Amino acid sequence: MTMLTPDTTSHTTKQPASIVQGPRADGQSPVLRCRKITKRFGGLVAVDQVDFDVYPGETVALLGDNGAGKSTLIQMIAGVYRPDGGVIELDDQAVDIRSPLHARDLGIETVFQDLALCDNLGASENIFLGREIPGKAYGMLPGLNEAKMRAEAKAVLSELHINIRNLDAPVRTLSGGQRQATAIARAVYWKARLMIMDEPTAALGVPEQKKVLSLIETLKQRGVPVIVISHNMQDVFEVADRLFIMRRGRAVADLRAADTDANEVVRLMVG
Amino acid sequence: MRARFFRSSSRIRSMSVNSTSLSSTIDDDNQSPKGLAALAGRMWAVLFLIALIVFFSLVAPGFFDLFNFQAVGANMAVLLVLGLGQTFVIISAGIDLSTGFVMGLASVASALVMQSLTGYPLAVIIIAGLATTLLIGIAAGAVNGALVAYMRVPPFIATLGTLSIAEGVAYVLSGGPPVSISTRGLGFFGNGFIAYFHPEAGISILGLPNGVSGSAVREVMGFFPLQVFYIIILASFCGWLLGRTRFGRHVYAVGGNPKAASRAGIPLAWTLFKIYVLCAVSASLAGFLYVLRFNGGVANAGDALMLSSVAAIAIGGASMLGGEGRILGTVVGALVIAVIQNGLVILGIDPFWQYVAVGAVIIMAVLVDQAKGKFLS
Ligand SMILES: Nc1ncnc2c1ncn2[C@@H]1O[C@H](COP(=O)(O)OP(=O)(O)OP(=O)(O)O)[C@@H](O)[C@H]1O
Ligand SMILES: [Mg+2]
Repeated sequence: MTMLTPDTTSHTTKQPASIVQGPRADGQSPVLRCRKITKRFGGLVAVDQVDFDVYPGETVALLGDNGAGKSTLIQMIAGVYRPDGGVIELDDQAVDIRSPLHARDLGIETVFQDLALCDNLGASENIFLGREIPGKAYGMLPGLNEAKMRAEAKAVLSELHINIRNLDAPVRTLSGGQRQATAIARAVYWKARLMIMDEPTAALGVPEQKKVLSLIETLKQRGVPVIVISHNMQDVFEVADRLFIMRRGRAVADLRAADTDANEVVRLMVG
Repeated sequence: MRARFFRSSSRIRSMSVNSTSLSSTIDDDNQSPKGLAALAGRMWAVLFLIALIVFFSLVAPGFFDLFNFQAVGANMAVLLVLGLGQTFVIISAGIDLSTGFVMGLASVASALVMQSLTGYPLAVIIIAGLATTLLIGIAAGAVNGALVAYMRVPPFIATLGTLSIAEGVAYVLSGGPPVSISTRGLGFFGNGFIAYFHPEAGISILGLPNGVSGSAVREVMGFFPLQVFYIIILASFCGWLLGRTRFGRHVYAVGGNPKAASRAGIPLAWTLFKIYVLCAVSASLAGFLYVLRFNGGVANAGDALMLSSVAAIAIGGASMLGGEGRILGTVVGALVIAVIQNGLVILGIDPFWQYVAVGAVIIMAVLVDQAKGKFLS
């Protein structure tokens, strides 16, 4: 098992195959396996026959320049877009992820780049959005178990060392870090078998970025595989086990973080 | 092997700031006068309603009177019911322009059915009328819902189309003039009271006291109009649905951020579809209340009321951009409009001034809403 030297010249050819591959853990079967997964927007091929695997317990950084197709790739996994080609397998089973709800039912939780919180609702309401705990209204009618949801939201937030005093205040009144933490807490609460985070530290102050990174560490300690998209090399090397690099819709490299450095990664990203 | 692959990242981590030591940095700074401003904003319509009641009580003799208040309640029924369903639509960041004529169509269609059943038992007539009403509401709502939710037609355009169709069908069915029903006992359901009192005959429930007839009827006092009873039932139902159920929560989510709602797993189109059906059904029920009250239906019964109902919702604190609003707010908004109308009538002021007054209140409501937004942002 020797380290492969990236051959940057091969990426200028038309063949999609032959990407720089990091070594695989033998005998492990991936939690997520994408084969030749493709997405087109009109004439634009946003994701072009990409093979992408995530193994149990690892944190994979998905890297690439703006418009490389990172968000599009993870949105296919998260059920936002249906692939135009290729297959997605979860634990060796081919799945057709029909909707974001379906993805969540399959255990894929996603923190989207554009946050995906409802600003008019509170933190607790956002954490339970779409999966509200049923309860009683006025003691007799069917309704929601607000007390339980609030308690659970409080528990998961404090478990993640996040302090939001008023869980009912609309999240638009929260800081960027608190909002991001709410989005992450939602994903954490539901015990994902695969967690996806699209630029979770973008637009955050330095302390809040550190906080998000420590949340990723927490997930890693729990053995939850994480796909994280980031433009921040320092963040990437802090949390990632493996780096998956895309350029103009194609996969160009798949490296162990320990075997590479920021300079090489940037070189691969821009081609 | 695996241990090698899943690199221990300690080498890199030890070079960077220890992340867990900063664990309490995302902290709450959400304390503030925001809370107070929000409360004042929410209470504003209530304060305004109280001010109006005090004002008219002082200047309009006969305004501060139980029987006048009962009249205000009964008079606002149709307007409020029209606004109940619309509240869901507006919170979902939509608008339903068709409610006025869906109400008119429902009133005409149910009046025609009830008229054709003249001679049958009262219960049969009422149930048939109610069934017709619900049918019209569900049909109109399904058209609006299909257009808005599944075909992505902007609500303004989709419901404008339905408005015109409902108006046309209502005029075709009725031929223009009101369709009147002359079934004995029907009027009670529209204009009756829960309890009656006569100085000699005493108290009775849901009907005149025994032995009261002729000119003595004029001495009977009615307590608790049935129209008020109906709106309490309907408003409570909608308040529960919007405030306490999953569906209600999803209405707010869809209005606040449809993309986020859908990514959280809320079925966006289906939720919108249900909202438009609910709105049209509530409009048709407003039509049925109209039929009960006036013993007939007319195509343009709700023509002027659609905008008033939206005004009530706006006064009640709902945001026209979606995501905010409450049933209680709509009730208060409808009360504000009803009190203004009633007070001006008692003062003998040209009733057309009510439009000016209501218009001024709407503009004030929006200004307060914007000021509130400024405080919050
Ligand atoms: N809904 C869409 N419709 C049309 N084109 C799209 C859509 N979403 C993405 N694209 C295009 O697909 C390409 C890949 O976009 P994507 O958002 O996946 O990039 P990204 O790698 O996430 O970039 P960034 O780092 O800026 O977030 C871009 O050229 C983008 O313009
Ligand atoms: Mg992106």
